[in-house]
Amino acid sequence: MISVDRITFAYPEQPPVFRDFTWKSAASAAWAVIGPSGCGKSTLLYLIAGLRQPAGGQILVDGQPAPRPRASTGLVLQDYGLLPWATVWDNVALVMHMGRFYRNKHTEGDAPRPYPRSDITSAQIEHWLNRLGIADLKEKYPNQISGGQRQRTAIARSLLQQPNLLLMDEPFSSLDALTREDLQRLTVELRQETGVTTLIVTHNIEEAVYLGQCILVLGRAPNTETRIIANPGAGSPGFRSQPVYAQKCTELRDALAAA
Amino acid sequence: MRRRDVLLATVILLLVWQLLAWLLRLEVLPGPAAVGQALAREIPRGLGRHFLVSGWRVVASIAVATLLAVPAGLILGQSARLNRLVSPIVYILHPIPKIVFLPILLLFLGIGDTSKVFMIFLILFFPILVVVRDQAGALRPELIYSVRSLGAGRRALFRFVYLPATVPAALTALRVSIGTAVAVLFFAESFATTSGLGYYIIVESWGRLAYPEMYAGVVAMSALGLLLYVVVDRLERRMAPWMFLRDT
Repeated sequence: MISVDRITFAYPEQPPVFRDFTWKSAASAAWAVIGPSGCGKSTLLYLIAGLRQPAGGQILVDGQPAPRPRASTGLVLQDYGLLPWATVWDNVALVMHMGRFYRNKHTEGDAPRPYPRSDITSAQIEHWLNRLGIADLKEKYPNQISGGQRQRTAIARSLLQQPNLLLMDEPFSSLDALTREDLQRLTVELRQETGVTTLIVTHNIEEAVYLGQCILVLGRAPNTETRIIANPGAGSPGFRSQPVYAQKCTELRDALAAA
Repeated sequence: MRRRDVLLATVILLLVWQLLAWLLRLEVLPGPAAVGQALAREIPRGLGRHFLVSGWRVVASIAVATLLAVPAGLILGQSARLNRLVSPIVYILHPIPKIVFLPILLLFLGIGDTSKVFMIFLILFFPILVVVRDQAGALRPELIYSVRSLGAGRRALFRFVYLPATVPAALTALRVSIGTAVAVLFFAESFATTSGLGYYIIVESWGRLAYPEMYAGVVAMSALGLLLYVVVDRLERRMAPWMFLRDT
């Protein structure tokens, strides 16, 4: 599904964040990426999203390079990325409007169409608003709803295109503890319902262990090695109260200290 | 602003005017009733036409300024390199009181409508350009990233992000500048022309000491400014209701 092959990446006039870094993900996997601040975890996400390009090496998503963002990759950010001038409904419907805007646009060759799908209907928007529990808020503007509700809106918008890859960059880090747990649970449910490959960047050990069946541990830049902790129990019912959860948290804490 | 409040404010202002007229008892300060009669008498006899001419000049200037300044601001707001090149020029031109160009414009464009429209256009263009540019440049990168990640290319970003993000700012700039625009129009119309409210006030009434008519002209010019202000204010609320959530 994702293949990161010996990439090198540096921001202008800064030391490289990745050097000869290689990592792969199978389809429908649930990944968490964790590491200290400035280690490049968000950068990795942006590279996979096609928002940044590596200086060397290659990134393939679904077997295709990502020179620009593709509509079948969903991206959810910490600050939600909602249009402040649009209601909850219009924020989600943005995908539908853009799909119609690009209706007549065709791509050459067999590369996947990067534009939003043009077949999205109001009924589908309604479905996702209901599934995310925000149907009652559809007339509200982002600054009239809570952080958790904004993130639900952003997730609904991402899932509307039925992506096969969902990238989340510290999506819950500005939310209070209960809302965060609530949305973590929802993320697990949605992944199980849709089979979407998820990659969640976090700096929170408990969150990484709860959400990531595989945990990629990044260290101080430049990242050259690939350190992965297998965590197959993540997502199973009652995982948070099982002894293995606490064990994995300890294991991850040690791995981070060593990284 | 509630309609009732506006009405109340109008009544208070009229009362103050009436009071002053009673107290001072001067020929040069007729009361609102006398001016109202003059207004009713003068509208069909030319004042209406002068109002329309002035109104047309402002509206044409607004249209041209908006059509040119919004796209230019959008382009500058998105291209840091181009903005670095152009912003020193804008920095110099923006604060110049544009009215000083009036004699030059009259020389180049003549005394007809074009010079007046161009004059007001100059006044409106820079504030709109600057706010649209700054607004477009200040959009958070996360917002752009997340819309791009949905599959938006450059055109969709323009249509769905930059345009709706900047139009309200353009309207605010327009609303704030309309007072100056009408004031400058008054000045520009007060000589070397035969139409417009400025001409009516200065040449046709003040010049022949017809004070109630002069005041009728002043009322008409104020109404023009107020009308434009209200229209832009309404447009702003309609196109950017999210900016006024705390008002409601």
